[in-house]
Amino acid sequence: MKLIVDQLHITLDRTPILREVSLQAREGDIVGVVGPNGSGKSTLLRAVYRSLRPADGVVRVGDDDVWALSAPAAARRTAAVLQDAGGNTTGLTVTEIVALGRAPHHGLLGRDGAEDRAAVSDAIDRCGVRPFAHRAYASLSGGERQRVLLARALAQQPRLLVLDELTNHLDIRARFELLDLIRATGVTALAVLHDLDLATRLCDHLVVLREGTVAAAGPVLDVLTPDLLADVFGIRAGTERHADGVIRITYAANPLA
Amino acid sequence: MHVPLAVTVLTVALPVTMVVAISIGAVDVPLGDVWGIVWHHVTGAGAPPADPALDQIVWTFRTPRVVLAAVVGAGLAVTGAVLQTVVSNPLADPTVLGFSYGATLGAVLVITLGGGAALAGLGVSAAAFLGALAAGALVFALGQRLAPTRLVLAGVAVGYVFLSATSFVQLRATPTELRTVMFWMLGSVAGAQWDQLPTVTAVVGVTTALLALFGRRLNLLLAGDESATALGVDVNRLRALLLVLSALLTGTVIAVAGGIGFVGLMIPHLVRLTTGADHRRLLPLTALLGSVYLVLVDLLSRTLARPGELPLGILTALLGAPFFLWLLRRNKGLD
Repeated sequence: MKLIVDQLHITLDRTPILREVSLQAREGDIVGVVGPNGSGKSTLLRAVYRSLRPADGVVRVGDDDVWALSAPAAARRTAAVLQDAGGNTTGLTVTEIVALGRAPHHGLLGRDGAEDRAAVSDAIDRCGVRPFAHRAYASLSGGERQRVLLARALAQQPRLLVLDELTNHLDIRARFELLDLIRATGVTALAVLHDLDLATRLCDHLVVLREGTVAAAGPVLDVLTPDLLADVFGIRAGTERHADGVIRITYAANPLA
Repeated sequence: MHVPLAVTVLTVALPVTMVVAISIGAVDVPLGDVWGIVWHHVTGAGAPPADPALDQIVWTFRTPRVVLAAVVGAGLAVTGAVLQTVVSNPLADPTVLGFSYGATLGAVLVITLGGGAALAGLGVSAAAFLGALAAGALVFALGQRLAPTRLVLAGVAVGYVFLSATSFVQLRATPTELRTVMFWMLGSVAGAQWDQLPTVTAVVGVTTALLALFGRRLNLLLAGDESATALGVDVNRLRALLLVLSALLTGTVIAVAGGIGFVGLMIPHLVRLTTGADHRRLLPLTALLGSVYLVLVDLLSRTLARPGELPLGILTALLGAPFFLWLLRRNKGLD
């Protein structure tokens, strides 16, 4: 489903966090949100998954303003994988956590039916968590946990995925595995990524945030220019497409100079 | 443990424990007679009891007491389970959230002022109930839109204020009143009467059923506030509703049985450690185990020191803690 963020203003405790932020993701696009710490990336995501009501502007998923939808209706369209999203899941098994993704499809009295079990089972298979589906979440490694949370998001059967620092604290292989998983879903995604190298590999388009405003947006190569990298991130680096088709960032010998 | 097995064991254990508890006392009544008398009163079938004294012991004195113990045990345990999830804190129970201290202040005021003009017409039970609700309302009002950690701290702070007020009132109490206060705070179901049972049972039953309906939503709270929001839950509204129901449940139970500690803290963890944290089975199992446990504790409270009685609050922790600690150290799989 397409995502349109239009002229978003967000204020927290009277401090403006986002100003005039606009971006778009077409159906199936993976759009990356990058920027220094405190530039408003997570806040932008909160507005998209309907946790933070904007002071002004609109977030449309499909054709609807997310705040015109009920919370469960919005959650049937948009699923989020957030940082430290395991919460206090002591005692829940992997399957039980994935099954939480079915909640927006039920009212208060709803019981799990065949459709729910199929969605949970499918999500478990797609994310490769079947081998530890009956283990306690707390006993899993960081990479396994992130795959479980992605499976929970897929069990929601979303049309838009919101991903906040999905690959943080993971070893390099686990990072690439997660990127593959996300691409394989084919679902439109908005992903906050700290690691610019991963962002260039995962995303079709990038939005660069700086101090709550959009500093640049567009295809990866157009956005991550040496000037922008110096200006926004304060590093000396260049970006180019290599012969194997992969876009890579090359950092200068002394990137802080 | 296998969940259906746990359900079966507890569903059988509850009536068995209750009948055994009714049969044992200053006068031991054979199990068959207990069953006959209870069956006769409940269904109207069978022969009326041959011995009116036996009938009175079983039906007038012991049965309401055992039923009240079961209801109170269920109420306390379910409240603990819900509060632990609502504030995402394994230490949470009605005491930590301040509800129990509110009830205590209400009860102590009536005990020391002796139903004086200030609280005209209020009995100890009603005052304790209002105290718990007042504490619940305060925590609810002050903790609105607060993150779980702050909410539990708000509860602790409110609890301390009620505790201070209680201590102040106690300073002015006579030794006799103080002894009454102490016994009330340690809890008892000795005063159980048939006419109070319908209200208490109805409130505990309906509230527990409502909370069980929220089982799936309670599971979502385990995922953390942001994730629960992204899953379509209005976290603040849900938490407020659960707090109100918990305060109502606590107030009702404490009003009739006093401040019985440890059940609300321990029983939910026992169930989590053995059958997991999914609230759709956690809450019913917690209610059942809480019932069985308090019936047993009450039985011991009136048999260990025969012909005297020990307050429930002394035994709940003394008996439960060693087993709980053993389970805590043995079952590390679900951490």
